[in-house]
Amino acid sequence: MGTQSGFRELDHTADWVLQVWAPDLLTLFIQAAQGMYVIAGITLSGDERVEHKIALSSVDEETLLVDFLNELVYISEHDSLAFDQFDLTIEDYRLSGTMYGATIASVQKEIKAITFHDMQIQTSQDGLVVEIVMDV
Amino acid sequence: MISLQDLKKINDYEWEIPKSFRSDMRVPVRVFASKKLLESVMRDRSLLQAVNSTTLPGLVGRVLVMPDMHQGYGFPIGGVAATRYPDGVVSPGGIGYDINCGVRLLSTHIEADAVENQLNELASALYRHCPSGVGVKGSVRLSAKELDRVCREGVNWALKQGFADKHDLEHIEEQGCIPDADPACVSPRAKERGRPQLGTLGAGNHFIEIDIVDQIFDPEAARVMGLDEGYLAIQIHTGSRGFGHQVCSDYVRELQGAVQKYGIKLPDRELVCAPMNSPEGKRYLAAMRCAANYAFVNRQILAHHARNAFEEVLAGKVRNWHLRQVYDIAHNMGKIEEHVIDSERIKVCVHRKGATRAFGPGVPGLPQAYKDIGQPVLVPGSMGTASWVLVGTDESMARSFGSSCHGAGRMMSRKKAKKTVRGDKLKGELEARGIRIRAKSMPGLAEEAPVAYKDVDEVVETVSKAGIASKVARLRPLAVVKG
Repeated sequence: MGTQSGFRELDHTADWVLQVWAPDLLTLFIQAAQGMYVIAGITLSGDERVEHKIALSSVDEETLLVDFLNELVYISEHDSLAFDQFDLTIEDYRLSGTMYGATIASVQKEIKAITFHDMQIQTSQDGLVVEIVMDV
Repeated sequence: MISLQDLKKINDYEWEIPKSFRSDMRVPVRVFASKKLLESVMRDRSLLQAVNSTTLPGLVGRVLVMPDMHQGYGFPIGGVAATRYPDGVVSPGGIGYDINCGVRLLSTHIEADAVENQLNELASALYRHCPSGVGVKGSVRLSAKELDRVCREGVNWALKQGFADKHDLEHIEEQGCIPDADPACVSPRAKERGRPQLGTLGAGNHFIEIDIVDQIFDPEAARVMGLDEGYLAIQIHTGSRGFGHQVCSDYVRELQGAVQKYGIKLPDRELVCAPMNSPEGKRYLAAMRCAANYAFVNRQILAHHARNAFEEVLAGKVRNWHLRQVYDIAHNMGKIEEHVIDSERIKVCVHRKGATRAFGPGVPGLPQAYKDIGQPVLVPGSMGTASWVLVGTDESMARSFGSSCHGAGRMMSRKKAKKTVRGDKLKGELEARGIRIRAKSMPGLAEEAPVAYKDVDEVVETVSKAGIASKVARLRPLAVVKG
């Protein structure tokens, strides 16, 4: 975790664990989204850019993160869209804003779902860190 | 972490973590494993997850772990837990996201030697006929009403559509239709994901395989199942696709609130649950059964496509190219069953997550043909290794809630497998060994390399020696289709 924000894949016998770190909650969410796209091998096409509005409300930060990533899994499967720019705000366990991206050019792996397993957004020396287990 | 010292050895194939190990355990953990298999799981969190599972309210007997166990989320893969019906809980995370992921086995009258020159063509035809890979859509166009019928009627729907025959229906767990499925309990989003995906294989560890029946261990049971040494057999391994994934996601989310409402304390949020007689528990069970019926139909349509592929390649070349259903089993499921626990026959919800139902001879619900031999237990291998056909036993009824193992079980992470193995090289190696590979993704193939799995023969030896399943036949792969 040498830089201010980022992600890396950790070992898990069967599924995927993505460790994400960032100085603040919004950056943590965006890094988690980008990390998920990277490990799923999702790349964007050069087609016309699209924008997608999003509004989610949850009971706590972890649930909001699970909801956000599951929403992206759904959009990638149903609409074949992924995003590389995020203009979002998070307030009182509510996430809203606009995501910008394009149709998916290629995808390597299917993510079945984002789990709650051992999920805890923790405060570290440099900000926030979380481990996300994805069922694949 | 848990060490070997924390386990009490019962015999060479059974170990116990006593209830005294942790104060929040409601029941002990019983592990079915050889010492070698047990030592191999000490590296991951399987046993800790099994201990966590013992905190569910309403558990009876013990939480069991099969020898193919590995780390999952919430429950370990290979976990079996029974909760008293109706006041015990049901836990969606104890069943998994791929509800009714399972295996179907079809036997043939086709001698492998007679079609050796057609095996490449057969593999390609299967690959063409059976949609596979990430994001793929099926050939069946379902209206919203039709999807609701799939949910309620299961394979009876497929029979009416011409995708199944009566023999198929009789040779599926629950005859391919679990009652009390209610599509009104399934979210619009799950239905949206499910409609285009019926009749698709998906990706990951799902596959369709052409095998040769390599060795028979129980000639009478093999004869009843229609398995002959030297003849082809087909396995189909897949589940409920995005439909089931969404049903599980929806209820894991919804039940986060239910555990607070019912005052249930758990060590992991993925274990969330609700009493079966609560509104939340009833709704989840009704939705889970929809996904289970969807999965039975999914494998049925793939079997229909496989039959078309065989007809296309072999009609006129062999006398009988038909694929006859042996059985279809679930290995991610919650079922209401009756079991004898502490000398009392009680109704329970058996959660099997990466474990196969293994009913012994004479248990109600088995097809007439299998009443005397017990239920076929299908244990797929790892692409380059054997698969097994077993049967349930009286012992499995007495000691494992009528359950046994479900596969080889992973032991290497996908990340490490991709670093260790190159997909194209693996394909070449398998093909050099006479295993034809048709796969969409080479990195995906590398993740599923045989080296990433335990020795399936040792897993089977363990359940056999423990007495919770009995060997019938060993299958060897000749062609594998993957997403």
